[in-house]
Amino acid sequence: MVYILTHYWSELIQGLGYTLLSSLIALVFSTAIGTMFAIFEVLPNKAMRIIGRIYIEIFRNIPLLVIAMFFYVIIPMYVAKIDGFTAGTIGLTIYTSSFIAETVRAGILSVDTGQMEGARANGMTYWQAMSKIVLPQAFKIIIPPLGNQFINLVKNSSVLAFVAGFDLMYQANSIASLSLDTINSYVVVGVFYLIITLPLSYYMRHLEKKLA
Amino acid sequence: MQNFIDAYSWINIRFLLEGLWVTVEVSVVSIIASFIIGSVLGVLRYVKIKYLSAVVGFIVDIVRNLPLILIIFFTYFGLPHLGFKPGIIFAAVLAMTIFESAMLAEIIRSGILAVDYGQMEGARANGMSYMQALWHIIFPQAIKKTIPTIVSQFISLIKDTSLATIIVLPELLNHAQIIYGQNSSYILPMFLMIAVMYFIICYALSVLSRVLDKRLA
Repeated sequence: MVYILTHYWSELIQGLGYTLLSSLIALVFSTAIGTMFAIFEVLPNKAMRIIGRIYIEIFRNIPLLVIAMFFYVIIPMYVAKIDGFTAGTIGLTIYTSSFIAETVRAGILSVDTGQMEGARANGMTYWQAMSKIVLPQAFKIIIPPLGNQFINLVKNSSVLAFVAGFDLMYQANSIASLSLDTINSYVVVGVFYLIITLPLSYYMRHLEKKLA
Repeated sequence: MQNFIDAYSWINIRFLLEGLWVTVEVSVVSIIASFIIGSVLGVLRYVKIKYLSAVVGFIVDIVRNLPLILIIFFTYFGLPHLGFKPGIIFAAVLAMTIFESAMLAEIIRSGILAVDYGQMEGARANGMSYMQALWHIIFPQAIKKTIPTIVSQFISLIKDTSLATIIVLPELLNHAQIIYGQNSSYILPMFLMIAVMYFIICYALSVLSRVLDKRLA
């Protein structure tokens, strides 16, 4: 293990960097896209609700790997040349946005409808009431589930290994084949993942208890 | 358009369905094994046996926080170095079961915690031993509460089976890759078809999970 750590330190750090970068980019964009579709789903307009529902159901029920491979294989064929990291991160963003949309929707629904009515009665428009009154309260409620989504993102970013995304999992395989020490390569990379995910998951559990 | 018609020939569709069948088989075997192991681990973590529960809890947390791909690689490429060489299907089932048992252990433990403590006290007051009360009174109620969550976990498992394509498990994604590997104009039709197949199975299960959620609530 020490051998792997000392000899492949730069690869490991590079992998960790790409894993974190991909997860953070995906978190930012999937929260934005997810929130948008969650709002679609609670709008009074029926057509918008259906669009929101379709988006969420489609991307929740298709494997992440299929979505990521789709972007990796299909987009370069018909649209533009993109590298594995970009394709994987786009796939990760779209997949996660459907789960975040569900979470945000649940958050919005758990905010008392009186909040919206009160804001409207005080002369706010629907969008003002939604963005200034309802959404801030909804996000406060869903911080723990959003945190869990981020943990899932870090774990799921390992699909980048399938599309040559240079993340931790990709490095694990190249280190395993270079060092011929398969077991220790995977153990070391496992520890690297745990350094990110384990503290986060304990912190989220703590938050859940505190907010409950 | 022509390549869609050619791509969806009966031979190709049948080959995809064979892959889908492997996906379903691996998922079903894994979820059953995970349910049994996960229940044992969940109960062990709940009953607070000195040291044992803490150790079980720690292991469950570690497995839950690792990427499934890493576990798949470990079972298929790592275990042979420890003197045990599983076949492809066994390695896939083993990896899925290890990962999913940890997930289900947490779900079942939270289900047990959600059962009112008065149930335990009532059972004990009626002369049942702790284990009897746990087995006959608490556990069935906990499982009933967690069934919708277990079904959604089964959905993730079906989706996650696609990851085992990396160890050439002959499942749906792998079969699609074999088909479009022979003719690159089939790439788009194949991706759309397997997306539809995954969607139909997973969506049907998610509807089932919602119905169960309403009925059992």
